[in-house]
Amino acid sequence: MTTKDHETTPLLEVRGLSKEFPVGHFLNPKKVHAVEDASFAVKRGQVVALVGESGSGKTTTLRMIARLIPVTRGEIFFKGTNVVKSEPRQASLDYRRQVQYIFQDPFASLNAVHTIEHHLARPLIIHKKAFGRQEVHEHVCDLLETVELKPADVIASRYPHQLSGGQRQRVAIARALAVDPELILADEPISMLDVSIRMGVLNLIHRLKEERGISFIYITHDLASARYIGDDIIVMYASHMVEGGSSDAIMSQSTHPYTKLLLSAVPDPRASLRTDKNGKARGEVPSLIDPPPGCPFAARCPYVKPVCRKVMPAPVTVAENHWVRCHLLAGK
Amino acid sequence: MNPSNESTLDIRDLRVNYLTTRGIVKAVNGVSFQVKPGEVVGLAGESGSGKSTIAHALLRILHPPAVISGGQALFGGQDIMKMDDAELEAFRWQKISIVFQSAMNALNPVMKIRDQLADVMLHHGIDKAEAARRSVELFNLVGIEPARLDSYPHQLSGGMRQRAVIAIALALNPPMLIMDEPTTALDVVVQKDILEQIDLLRKQLGFSILFITHDLSLLVEISTHICIMYAGEIVEKAPARRLFERPQHPYTLGLMNSFPSICGDKQRLTGIPGSPPDLVTPPSGCKFHPRCPRAMNICSRVAPVTTQLTPDHSVACHLIGNGGQQ
Repeated sequence: MTTKDHETTPLLEVRGLSKEFPVGHFLNPKKVHAVEDASFAVKRGQVVALVGESGSGKTTTLRMIARLIPVTRGEIFFKGTNVVKSEPRQASLDYRRQVQYIFQDPFASLNAVHTIEHHLARPLIIHKKAFGRQEVHEHVCDLLETVELKPADVIASRYPHQLSGGQRQRVAIARALAVDPELILADEPISMLDVSIRMGVLNLIHRLKEERGISFIYITHDLASARYIGDDIIVMYASHMVEGGSSDAIMSQSTHPYTKLLLSAVPDPRASLRTDKNGKARGEVPSLIDPPPGCPFAARCPYVKPVCRKVMPAPVTVAENHWVRCHLLAGK
Repeated sequence: MNPSNESTLDIRDLRVNYLTTRGIVKAVNGVSFQVKPGEVVGLAGESGSGKSTIAHALLRILHPPAVISGGQALFGGQDIMKMDDAELEAFRWQKISIVFQSAMNALNPVMKIRDQLADVMLHHGIDKAEAARRSVELFNLVGIEPARLDSYPHQLSGGMRQRAVIAIALALNPPMLIMDEPTTALDVVVQKDILEQIDLLRKQLGFSILFITHDLSLLVEISTHICIMYAGEIVEKAPARRLFERPQHPYTLGLMNSFPSICGDKQRLTGIPGSPPDLVTPPSGCKFHPRCPRAMNICSRVAPVTTQLTPDHSVACHLIGNGGQQ
C-alpha cells in the first residue's frame, strides 16, 4: 500500500451491513431485521457518533464490526481488507487487537474477583506487549496514568468494587488502550455514569483522539453528547441509517423528518432559539419482525407520500459530507 | 380545586438515616422545602444524593435499614411523619401519589391494567361500576385507547406503560404527585410526549408535582422551582429560570457545566472532578469541598449555613454571604 492509499483509504468502511435474527416457531419462522443496509466509513483520528433510540440497531452494528456476532449480509473493510470473509487465525487476532470495545456497563465489564492490575496485564501478556513482571507493572501504571487514574500504583492493586463508576469506565478504556488499538468501539460509555463525571470521560476520549489519532465509533441516544464529541453523526431509526454527515450539518441543516423530531425532543434550556419545533410526528417505533417494505419512518412521518410505503429511499447527497435517505429529497 | 393551604407540602429539617453494617449513612440530612399548589418543584442530584429517599419518606414507604430520624413533613397542616397506619392509608394516593421510575417494575405482570387501576379505587371505597367508568376516563386523560385497558403490561410499549402508571397515580385525583425519574428509562421522543402530557394534565387537574431527576436541563424546562441536592443536603434552591441564569453554588455551576448543548458554540465542558462522596465517611465541613474548584480553608472545617439571596433563592456556600461572589 502506498502512502497516498494510506491517507485516502478510510480506516474502517462498512457496506450494506445487515443483521437478521431468527425468531418464531420453526413452522412459522420470522426474522427480526436488527440492522439493514448500513453503510458508512470512519477515517483515521475521527469520532463517528451513532445516534438512535433503543432498538434502532446501534449496538448490533457495533457488535458486528467488533465481530462478536456474525454478519448476515454486507462487508466490513478494515484498512482496505474485507474482514468478513474467512481469514486465517492470525489475521483475525490482529483485527481484534486493532479494534477494541468499551461496554456500556462498567459494573459488569470488569471481573469482581481480580485486581485492576490483573485486568490490564492480561491483554499486555496475551498480545505480547510487555515481558516480565516489572515491565508489565510499569506498563499498567502508564496506562492508568494515561486515563488520569492517580496514584496509579494504588489503583492497580484495587478491586473493581473499590472504584466509582467513572473510575471503572476509565479502567475499561485503559484496558482497550493496552493493545494499541486504532479503532475503539464505545457503546454508550457514559450512560451509566453520574452526570457530573460524564464530561471527564468524554474529554478523555477526545484527548485520545487528538493525541494518539485513535478513531472512535461512539454510540449514544443523546444528540447533545454526540455533537460534543462526534466529528460525524449518523442517525439510525428502526434498523436503518437515515441521515449522516458532519455533526454541524446534522445539527443545523438536518433534513430527515426523524432527525428533526429527535432534535426537537432533546430537553435543552439553551435551545430556545430552535426554530423547527415540529413535534407533530406521533406514534411509536414499528416492529422489526418482518417489517413492511418502504421507509421505516413512513408510519409516523408528517410528510409521508405513497412512494414512502413502497420503497426504502436511496441515500441522497445534499451537501459535502451530508447524506439523507428520504423521498422528500429524492426528487430534487 | 383545593384551597391553597390545604395542599401545601411543607418539609422541615427532614432526616433519614440508613443503618448499615459499615455505619450510619445520613442519606437525607436536614432538608427543608415547600411545594405549593400548582407548582412543579424539581429535585436534582446525582445517584446517592438522597432524592429518591425523600420521595419514599414522604409516603412513608421506606423499609429498614432506612429510618426517619427527625424533621417534619406537613401536608395540609398534618405531619406525615407522625401518621398512624389508618391515617396513612387514607393519606396515600388520596393526597399524594407517586409515579415510579420503572413502569416495568411498578406494574404487576400477571394482572390486566384494568384490574390494577380498579384495585386502587376499590381499595379506597369506590364501587365497581364507578371504577370501570373512571378507568376509561383516566385512559383517555393520559392518551391511551381505552381498548388497551384489557392488555397485560408486556403488551404495551414502554411509553404506554409509563402512561398507565400515571393513570393509576391519578386514579383518586390527588392534589399532589411525586414523580421519581418518570422518564429516565424512555427514549427522548417518548419522554417529550409524556412530559407534554403531564404538563397538560397538570393544567387541567391542578395538581402540584415533586419531580425527581438527575437531568438538570429537563428540570429547567418543566419546573417552576428547583432544589439542587448534594450528599443528602440541599445546596441551592431557586426558581427554575433564575437558577439556570444565575447559579451560585459551585456544585450547581459544575452541573450546568456537565450538559452539552445542541446549539450555539461548541464549548469544552469540564464537568466536576472527583466522585460523589461515600456517605458513611462524608467529608468534614462542606461536603462538596474535596471537589470544589473554589474551596477555601474554612470549607473543610465548617459546614456552611444557608444564605437567603432573595426570598426564594437560597444557597449553602461559604462564598456567599461572606463578601464572596454575589
